[in-house]
Amino acid sequence: MSIYGRAYIAGAYEHPGRHLPDKSIAQVHAEVALGAVADAGLTLDDVDAYFCAAETPGFGAISMAEYMGLKLRYTDTTESGGSSPLMHVGHAAAAIAMGKARVALITLGGKPRTAPQRPKFYAPENTFEEPFGLWAQAPAYALAARRHMHEFGTTSAQLAEIKVAASIHAQHNPNALLQKPVTIEEVLESPMVSDPLHRLDCCVVTDGGGALIVVAPEVARELPRHSIKILGHGESPKHTDNGRIDLTYSGAVWSGPRAFEEAGVTPADIDYASIYDSFTITVLQQIEDLGFFEKGKGGQFVSDGALVAPYGVLPFNTDGGGLCNNHPSNRGGVTKVIEAVRQLRGEAQPAVQVPDCEIALANGTGGSLGTRMGSATLILGRES
Amino acid sequence: MSITGRPLPTPQPELNPETAPFWEAADQGKLLLRRCLACQVVIWYPRSICPDCHSTDTEWFEASGRGVVYSCTTVRRGVGEFAEASPFNLSYIELAEGPRILSNVIDADPESIEIGQSVEVVFASTGNGTALPRFRPAASLSQGATDE
Repeated sequence: MSIYGRAYIAGAYEHPGRHLPDKSIAQVHAEVALGAVADAGLTLDDVDAYFCAAETPGFGAISMAEYMGLKLRYTDTTESGGSSPLMHVGHAAAAIAMGKARVALITLGGKPRTAPQRPKFYAPENTFEEPFGLWAQAPAYALAARRHMHEFGTTSAQLAEIKVAASIHAQHNPNALLQKPVTIEEVLESPMVSDPLHRLDCCVVTDGGGALIVVAPEVARELPRHSIKILGHGESPKHTDNGRIDLTYSGAVWSGPRAFEEAGVTPADIDYASIYDSFTITVLQQIEDLGFFEKGKGGQFVSDGALVAPYGVLPFNTDGGGLCNNHPSNRGGVTKVIEAVRQLRGEAQPAVQVPDCEIALANGTGGSLGTRMGSATLILGRES
Repeated sequence: MSITGRPLPTPQPELNPETAPFWEAADQGKLLLRRCLACQVVIWYPRSICPDCHSTDTEWFEASGRGVVYSCTTVRRGVGEFAEASPFNLSYIELAEGPRILSNVIDADPESIEIGQSVEVVFASTGNGTALPRFRPAASLSQGATDE
């Protein structure tokens, strides 16, 4: 039993806004939902399954189902931070494969730029971390970056190359928050936030969101737009493992192989990769963990231009990613899937469109590289 | 203290029946850890179930308070009450008993802290019957030898 080929991404929509002071968060979710069903050639009346995570306003999936007037037979509110939408795609495909749904809607949205964030949830580990000043994300990722540097000789200049590559892509995206290419020197000279991470090692903070439509094969066949075949999905939590936390790798060491096995492909088959980029170090660890580069060698490869589209060894985040384009609701998962869909449809910005893009990967790490995370990997294919 | 000379905040940890002894012992100058009596593993963070073998036969014991820095950062932009104390050190300390725990190295320039450095526990009282285990650079071996 596998989800291979048993569900398709038929619609994908990214909110064009990055600063939305005059909208409610529920409104943002509804706007991206409408955008995604329209992209698929469907309406909200066709939706029979809804997937959302904890940033969604209200009572699980129920409040937004009520707000949008959805008639549902399947809901899922799996929460894994920024990687949630990637898990939702896998779960939607499984639900469709089991005959529990035909048209699944996935939404992500929020307004961290113009509205206060929700308070942190209660967790048993909080009291062993927060009294020591671990409130923001950057310090935890900095701990991971420092350890990676210690073990493998990774440098700040190598991390900066990741931001530079993202900025080269973002200059072609008219909706990107940051559209100006930056240099390694500019990254290294930006203010230190938490050693060794500078301000430009961090993603942007944006309002906005995105949505996806996952459908059964018989639905996809009837639609006017090009649907994207779901080839494989893998997921895994990674946590501190009873005091044994190893800061040098992400949960992609487990989610990646599961997705590759289901898809029946290897890292060498991937034409384009959306790699979660909350921070530059997040990208570096994932491209090693997913098997694109040997552990500890990622820094060398990014310095050789590996990530730059369209002709790098591993063109990544051609929308500019979370580092430059958009990180709506402080969660970059849905935009990772959306850009992979654009690449497979041949609808990325022309300057960064990967020629003959047939197989794409999207990877998400939600939570924190420095403590605990949910990792999810999707492998998607252009239907020939 | 942080590099600014301002002491780090000592927020009251959230107490519950499972973990209150850890914080209360800290105010008595003791670093308590939990150990599994079934598989002998040291448990972190403290909890009643062993996450390795899932036994609930676990007990408190007093740790040495010694460790080394596993990773560290100088936080330049602390949040909330830590904003005033920035920059300050945040580290994972690998305790002599094994677990890697999150804490702060104090009584030193944060930028001088290095991975692998030996540290020892100090207790920062909250004034509410609890204390936070923080760490400071360990007295050097030669100094220790002189003391003996």
